[in-house]
Amino acid sequence: MLKISDLHASIDGTEILKGLNLTIGTGEVHAIMGPNGSGKSTLTRVLSGDPRYEVTSGSVELDGVDLLEKSAEDRARAGLFLSYQYPVSVPGVSNIQFLKAAVNARRAALGEGPLDALQLLERAREGLKTVNLDASFLQRGVNEGFSGGEKKRNELLQMLLLQPHLCLLDEADSGLDIDALKVVGDVVNNMRAPDRSFLLITHYRRLLDHIPPDHVHILSAGKIIASGGIELAEELERNGYRGIAA
Amino acid sequence: MSNAADSTSTLDALVQSEYEHGFYTDIEEDRIPPGLSEDVVRVISAKKNEPQFVLDWRLEAFRKWQQMTLPDWAKLNIAPIDFEEITYYSAPKSMADGPKSLDEVDPELLRTYEKLGIPLHEQLMLAGVAVDAVFDSVSVATTFKDSLHKAGVIFCPISEAVQLHPELVKKYLGSVVPQSDNFYAALNSAVFSDGSFVYIPEGVRCPLELSTYFRINAANTGQFERTLIIADKGSYVSYLEGCTAPKRDENQLHAAVVELIALEGAEIKYSTVQNWYPGDEEGRGGIYNFVTKRGVCLGARSKISWTQVETGSAITWKYPSVILRGDDSVGEFYSVALTKHMQQADTGTKMIHLGKNTKSSIISKGISAGRSQNAYRGLVRMSPRAENARNYTQCDSLLIGNQCGAHTFPYIESKQPSAVIEHEASTSRINEEQLFYLRSRGIDAEQAVAMIVNGFCKEVFDQLPMEFAVEAQKLLEISLEGSVG
Repeated sequence: MLKISDLHASIDGTEILKGLNLTIGTGEVHAIMGPNGSGKSTLTRVLSGDPRYEVTSGSVELDGVDLLEKSAEDRARAGLFLSYQYPVSVPGVSNIQFLKAAVNARRAALGEGPLDALQLLERAREGLKTVNLDASFLQRGVNEGFSGGEKKRNELLQMLLLQPHLCLLDEADSGLDIDALKVVGDVVNNMRAPDRSFLLITHYRRLLDHIPPDHVHILSAGKIIASGGIELAEELERNGYRGIAA
Repeated sequence: MSNAADSTSTLDALVQSEYEHGFYTDIEEDRIPPGLSEDVVRVISAKKNEPQFVLDWRLEAFRKWQQMTLPDWAKLNIAPIDFEEITYYSAPKSMADGPKSLDEVDPELLRTYEKLGIPLHEQLMLAGVAVDAVFDSVSVATTFKDSLHKAGVIFCPISEAVQLHPELVKKYLGSVVPQSDNFYAALNSAVFSDGSFVYIPEGVRCPLELSTYFRINAANTGQFERTLIIADKGSYVSYLEGCTAPKRDENQLHAAVVELIALEGAEIKYSTVQNWYPGDEEGRGGIYNFVTKRGVCLGARSKISWTQVETGSAITWKYPSVILRGDDSVGEFYSVALTKHMQQADTGTKMIHLGKNTKSSIISKGISAGRSQNAYRGLVRMSPRAENARNYTQCDSLLIGNQCGAHTFPYIESKQPSAVIEHEASTSRINEEQLFYLRSRGIDAEQAVAMIVNGFCKEVFDQLPMEFAVEAQKLLEISLEGSVG
């Protein structure tokens, strides 16, 4: 499904990704762990098409199609989704209006007709229940005045409604209490499907206790330096990154 | 009157238009030569069959205007205007001069109507197509008039008001914007063409939102529009000016005057959405919109609220203001001004606090794109008598691209130590992270910018009547088209 080859990327002239290789198969869940500053968030930004990052060499294919050629919005329409570590707020734009624009853009790309406000509301209400937010969040400005946990749940709500093909979750567990962490786990586990893949970025094994990954990778200084199964996360917990790098 | 749409239509109109008024029978055409003189003022008044007091008032204004000079304090670059080149009177155009069907209307204009979601029969009306055959506009207007009549509300062209309600006009015309207030107000006072007159009787809550759209003869009020609204004690009125569809107008200069009078406990809400031709990308063409709008809260506990959404005109020079004379009166100003291409806007408000415990709030949102210049200019004055007066001002500017300018000129004068004045201002660019967030959800860049800008303006749009607010949002989206590089 996703094939990243020798990817180099920089921001403001500083190279962050230095020859990254990663292949994610259809229906798989991969986790990337790594120390601060190793390039984990940069990887999600580059995959999503953030114009502030420059890809200097390498290639990324999604379902055999060159992903780097596409604009951010086209990647999203093709089914790529990023759950942000720190979602920005967009004051004055209601959450429901935002969801409607996003869902209908995705539907149009799939050749489906747009949902009207009522149909969308129905689906959004269901999603709200799943992520444990009340209905008032639909009328509020996007992430406006939301707590850290509420922002994360709002990201999950979008993921539920958009039904993406490839989900990137950038520290979906950071700053969450135990109950909220369980919500993240439940949402991802319920969405796991043969035609949907996940890439989880995390610092902590506890997320992986909720969402058992098929593969675990260690990212360090812009490269994948080790790949394996859950035992890699366990080793990391015992010995730290120094132990892995050595 | 049929078949006048050919190239000689203008001439036909001049010859054929109704001509029953007027003492100046020596004038053959219903149009007078360009240029302004005392005689021209007399002709205008005579053609409208005005009472003597209106003519005298116009002449007084004309003499004052002759002594005045063009204002040059605004942050505007205005090409010289030759006031001798302007024609100050031409007969209102007849419907028969307009296009016969939508096929004859500029497709670009129709495209905009469509995007605004304007129903077909309204499109026809806006484009100036004779509508009688299409839908019964008369019955709509009649129902409307009936309901106003029952409430005792007077809503008519000001040219009719000077005939039917001279005592009200005499008492209030020029009472808020004196003839010599400024150059353009003086010019308007001398030559005003037409406009709305509204009177809400004591204790009446106007049953409908008044809109120029429903006013008989509302089309072609001309470039020197004059509006007078009086809300008697304890009454309420909401007035909507203009229409969100772009106004097709060949006139370069528009110098309108609007006066609002709120008596004790009365409230006037005045909303404007202005989308006149802004000129092309290089700044060719476009309307000069030089308007004087002012309201006075004459009585205690009265309230005047201005809401404006300005996206059109090549140059906008406009400061809807409130004089807070009555104790405990309230003044509000909510504004969105969007400029693109080479547009220039110098707009804001004046809140003059005279009474005790008076309150005013100002929320201004300026958006600049292209190579445009957008200035907020606001005065808050606390007079010695304005004990415990309060003002809150918030001015936010948003820049799109790096060739435009945003400017804020707040003037604060306080002669009352107990008065409180708060001012907040911000200038920012479209936030890259917000833009990327929306795009990464499949929303294209142009729509994303429109959403962010609409969000930025929400506080002001919330003040508009709902239907207007929806159109204002769409209008903003249309105006932003192509502004995103």
